[in-house]
Amino acid sequence: MDWDAIISYLPRYKDALLLTVKIGWLGILLAFIIGVLCAAVIHQKIPVLRQITGFYIELFRNTPLLVQLFFLYFALPKVGVRVSPQFCGSLGLGLLGGAYMAETFRSGLENIAPIQSESAQSLGMSKMQAFRYVILPQAVSSSVPGLLANVIFLLKETSVFSTISLMDLMFTAKDLIGMYAKTIECLTLLVVFYLIMLLPVSILGSLVERRLRHAEFGN
Amino acid sequence: MEQVLLEINHIQKAYGTHVVIDDFSLAVNKGEVVVIIGPSGCGKSTLLRCINALEDIQGGEILLNGEEVLKEAKNISKMRQKIGMVFQSYDLFPHKTILENIVLAPIKVQKRTRPEAEKEAVELLTKVGLADRKDAYPRQLSGGQKQRAAIVRALIMHPKILLLDEITAALDPEMVREVLEVVLSLAKAGSTMLIVTHEMAFAKAIADRVLFFEHGKIVEESSHPKEFFTHPVTERARAFLKTFDYETEQNS
Repeated sequence: MDWDAIISYLPRYKDALLLTVKIGWLGILLAFIIGVLCAAVIHQKIPVLRQITGFYIELFRNTPLLVQLFFLYFALPKVGVRVSPQFCGSLGLGLLGGAYMAETFRSGLENIAPIQSESAQSLGMSKMQAFRYVILPQAVSSSVPGLLANVIFLLKETSVFSTISLMDLMFTAKDLIGMYAKTIECLTLLVVFYLIMLLPVSILGSLVERRLRHAEFGN
Repeated sequence: MEQVLLEINHIQKAYGTHVVIDDFSLAVNKGEVVVIIGPSGCGKSTLLRCINALEDIQGGEILLNGEEVLKEAKNISKMRQKIGMVFQSYDLFPHKTILENIVLAPIKVQKRTRPEAEKEAVELLTKVGLADRKDAYPRQLSGGQKQRAAIVRALIMHPKILLLDEITAALDPEMVREVLEVVLSLAKAGSTMLIVTHEMAFAKAIADRVLFFEHGKIVEESSHPKEFFTHPVTERARAFLKTFDYETEQNS
């Protein structure tokens, strides 16, 4: 193990980590928003929109992120839409993640017995009020484990960003190996940096889960 | 002259071709306690759900103080506030404390202030012996406590009539009494109630009028509950009541 090399590579890995986190979180935020909206559309059985949503979910769940990114990055400019690699990365991740988040939220919503909404409505709440104050909070907290798994999955998927010339962790490792051939050092650093990025997410996630689900399950 | 509060005229309820309620009519006076008994699956619970417009009806009309209760109507929120309902499975909101469960609708629906709603909630909880549990979550309560909290959640809306749908059916026997005593005290205080129950002794004690309901129709109706329970007129009611009576079974 060449420790001097490792230390000299650290700044590049740090930059790559920051870039990965930045694009990753923007994408995940987008995925959350898309996911909640799609799940609400399906749960509330809104005609037409429901079919479109179903098509979107199947399309993005059943194609690789790599293909989706290639479409955004290489095909869109052919029809005159030019976007930056960073934007492509976040958008691609958001669209892929949205499909997964939608399914997770949907199963969370379906877990709530219909009588919860009925007992809220029997108190005079409108359907929207029942959804907002009674159904949604319960669905979100019961979806937390699934959502957390999605977040980790999406952050790992960022490793394909290197293919659209984003200098993420994967790109940096390949680049350094190509230049200096310190394969073991570079790959070890890659593993360590992915752990640095993802372990706090896992730990934070369990804390959030415990806090949100306190009402239903206690400590 | 007694004042009619709830008027049900010839309602019809069917799921597809399966008729659940067939040309049912009933008038409930203000302050009256009407108990509906009958075998499982005879449409009793569906009837209560129709009155609260949780189910739509295929014919007839339901009037509260002369105003129609209709599922898709604009005023349905207003009407439902006047019709309190308590379910068999309590259906408290598991993510909220008991106090939050109770004040949610008064604040969001009736636009009452939080301090005022909480004050009344605590008063009502005190009456049903749950004041010290107000900050607990539903999962921390026994079945009987949950059901008492659910009754308070309905009462705080100041309903004109209470619909109780087999509220003790999911409870352990020793918890039935604490819930029924709350209902008895409400009856004494003059509440108008329509009660579906399998507790015959309770029905006998609380009812001003008993309906024996089967296959979506009233089979027997009596304004003298004590007499109904000892000497039912129809053969069907007699057979039904006998199933609750173990002693006669053994002696005969």
